[in-house]
Amino acid sequence: MKLKSLLVGLGLLAGVGAAQAADDPFKVGFVYVGPVGDLGWSYEHDRGRQELEKYFGDKVETTFVENVPEGADAERVITQLAKSGNDLIFSTSFGFMNPTLKVAKRFPKVTFEHATGYKRSKNMGTYVLRTYEGRYVSGVAAGMLTETNTIGYIGSFPIPEVIRDINSSFMAAKSVNPDVTMKIVWVNSWYDPGKETDAANALMDQGVDVLLQHTDSPAPLIAAEKRGKRAIGQASDQSSFAPTAHVFSVRDDWAPYYIKVTQAVMDGTYEPSDFWGGFQEEMLSLASINDNLPTDVRAKIDETYAKIKSGEFHPFTGPIKDNKGNVVVAEGHTLTDTELAQVNWYVEGITDEIPR
Amino acid sequence: MDIDLITQVLFAAIKTGTPLLFIALGEAICEKTGVLNLGQEGMMLMGAVVGFMAAYGTGNAGFGLLGAMLIGMVMSLIFGFLVLHLGANQVATGLALTIFGTGLSAFIGSGVVGQTIAGFQPVYIPVLSDLPVVGKVLFSHDPLVYLAIALALVIAWVANKTRIGLTIKAVGENPNAANAIGIKVLRVRYLAVMFGGAMAGLGGAYMSLVYTPMWVENMTAGRGWIALALVVFASWRIGNIVLGAYLFGLASIMHLVLQGMGWSISPNLLAMLPYVATIVVMVIISADKFKEKLLAPRSLGKPFDPRQMA
Repeated sequence: MKLKSLLVGLGLLAGVGAAQAADDPFKVGFVYVGPVGDLGWSYEHDRGRQELEKYFGDKVETTFVENVPEGADAERVITQLAKSGNDLIFSTSFGFMNPTLKVAKRFPKVTFEHATGYKRSKNMGTYVLRTYEGRYVSGVAAGMLTETNTIGYIGSFPIPEVIRDINSSFMAAKSVNPDVTMKIVWVNSWYDPGKETDAANALMDQGVDVLLQHTDSPAPLIAAEKRGKRAIGQASDQSSFAPTAHVFSVRDDWAPYYIKVTQAVMDGTYEPSDFWGGFQEEMLSLASINDNLPTDVRAKIDETYAKIKSGEFHPFTGPIKDNKGNVVVAEGHTLTDTELAQVNWYVEGITDEIPR
Repeated sequence: MDIDLITQVLFAAIKTGTPLLFIALGEAICEKTGVLNLGQEGMMLMGAVVGFMAAYGTGNAGFGLLGAMLIGMVMSLIFGFLVLHLGANQVATGLALTIFGTGLSAFIGSGVVGQTIAGFQPVYIPVLSDLPVVGKVLFSHDPLVYLAIALALVIAWVANKTRIGLTIKAVGENPNAANAIGIKVLRVRYLAVMFGGAMAGLGGAYMSLVYTPMWVENMTAGRGWIALALVVFASWRIGNIVLGAYLFGLASIMHLVLQGMGWSISPNLLAMLPYVATIVVMVIISADKFKEKLLAPRSLGKPFDPRQMA
C-alpha cells in the first residue's frame, strides 16, 4: 500500500516534470520602485505586465518584485530574478541603471531592459517614454488656466528626465501666457503621499494655482481639490481623486513595448536599443480630460496634442536659451534622443538653480 | 516672507506634526514602562488602512478612528504576547511587527486603493477662528489636531500627578522592586503596549482620514520611525514631545517652502534634517552611558520574567 502510493507519487512528480519541460514558459521578471498599488508609475508598469500575460497566455510566465529601493538592494533583487530562471528582466526606475548593468554583465544569457536610463550593453537595452510631450500639453493647459500667473512643479529628483520635463512644461506655459512664472519644489522621493501633500500646500501657499507633479501619488491632486485649485495627474488616470481640480492625466501605457520586446527575445531577433515611445506610439495618452475646462483651453489641448503626435511640432526645437543666457539648442536644430536624455539646464525664464 | 505665508507655514507645521504627536505619546508611555516597541510604523499602517476602510464602509470618519485604534491594539497585543509572555527580543520583535504590518496593510487594503472619502473637515470655532494670524494658525484645524493636544495634556497629568504615573515609572525604572511591592509588572506593561498600539493606530488614521484622505500602500513613509526618535529626543517628557512634534513638522515642510521661494540652498540638505536628528538620537540611546543623562527608563528594552524572581 505504502509502496504503491509512493510509486504513484513519484509518477505524478515525473509527469509534472515532463509536462514542464515540454512547454517551458518564457519567464519575464519585473522590478518596481514603488508599490503596485501606487496608482501611478509602478501601477502602470504592472498593468503592462498583466497585459503581457494576457497576450501570451500560457507561453509567458511573469513575476514582479515591488517596493525595491534604488541602490544595493536593487542589485540583489535583479540577481535573484536572473538566477531563478527569468529569460527577460525589466527594471523600471532610473536608479536601477547601474545595478541592472552590473547584473547584465554577470548573466549574459538573460536579456535586460531598463526604463528611463542611458546605459546599454549587448544584452541590455533601454526604453523610455517621451514624457516631455505630455508635459508640454500640461504646460499649455496650466499656462492658460492660471489666474495668478504662477504654476507649481513638484519634482522628485533632479535627473535629466525631470529637468527636461520642467523645461518642457515651462516653455509650453510661456507660449500661451508670457507672464507666467513657475515655482519648483523637490521632495526627493518618487512616492511619499504625505510629503507630496506638504509640497502641494507649500506651493499653493505661495500663490500657485495649477500644480504639475513629477512624483507618483495622487496626493497633490487631493490637496488641490481641497483648496479649489487645479492639478494635472501623473502616469495613470487620477481623475477620481479630484473630480473638479483634475485637468487631465498623462497616462503611461507600457504594454505595447513589453509585448514587442518579449516577442523579439522569444524569436531570437532581439537587439538592445534605445527605445522612445510617446503620443505617436500611443504609449502616452491624455486620460479623462475634464469636462469643466473652458472651451478655448480644451481646444488648445487637443490642438497641441495633435501637433506633437503627428510630429509637426517638437518642444525641443531651437533656438532655446538656458537661464544663464547660453544658446543650448541652436536655431533649426531639434534635440536628438541622446541629447534629450542629457538635459542638465533650465530654460530661460526659470529663476531657480538646479540642485546639485 | 510675508505674514500670510508665515501663517500658512505654522498652520502646516502643526498639521504635519500631529500624526507624529499621536504616535510619540503612545510610544513614550510604552517606553516609560520599559518596553521598546519598534513596530510603530507597522501599527500605524494598519491603523491607516483599517481606519480608512471603516470610514469608507460606514461613511462615518468616527468609526474610522475607532477601527484604527482597535487594530492598533490588536497589533500591539501580538507584540506584547511575544515580548512580555515569551520574553522575545524587543528590538527584533518590533522590527518584525513593522514588516508584518507593512505587508498586511498592503494586502488587505488593495481593494480600496483609489477610493476617496471626505474625512475630517476643519472645525469652525466662533470668535477664535476669526482672529487674525492666530485664528488661522491655531483655531482652524480639524478635530484630531485638538484631540492630540487634549490627549497630551491628559497624559502629562496622568504621568506626572497620579498614582498610575508613579506605577508606570516604577515598572520602567525597576521592575523587580515594583514587583516586590505588589505591582503586576507584566499587566502594566501589557496595558502600556496596548495604549501605544491604539495611539499608533490613531496616528495612522490621521494620515488616511485627514492628511491625505485615501489609502495607498506604505503611505506613512517612515513617520513611525521619526516618532520613535522624537520620544528619545524629548527625553520622555510629554511637554517636550508636543514641542518636538511641531518642530519636526516645521522642519519637514520648511525646505519645501524655502524651495518654492527660490532659495538655492540644497533641498537634500534640509530634507535630511529630521532624519539626521533621528540617527543621532538612535546612536546616542544605544550607548548606555548616555541613557542616564537622557533620563531613559532604566529597564528599557530589558525583558522581565516574574517567575525568575526569588
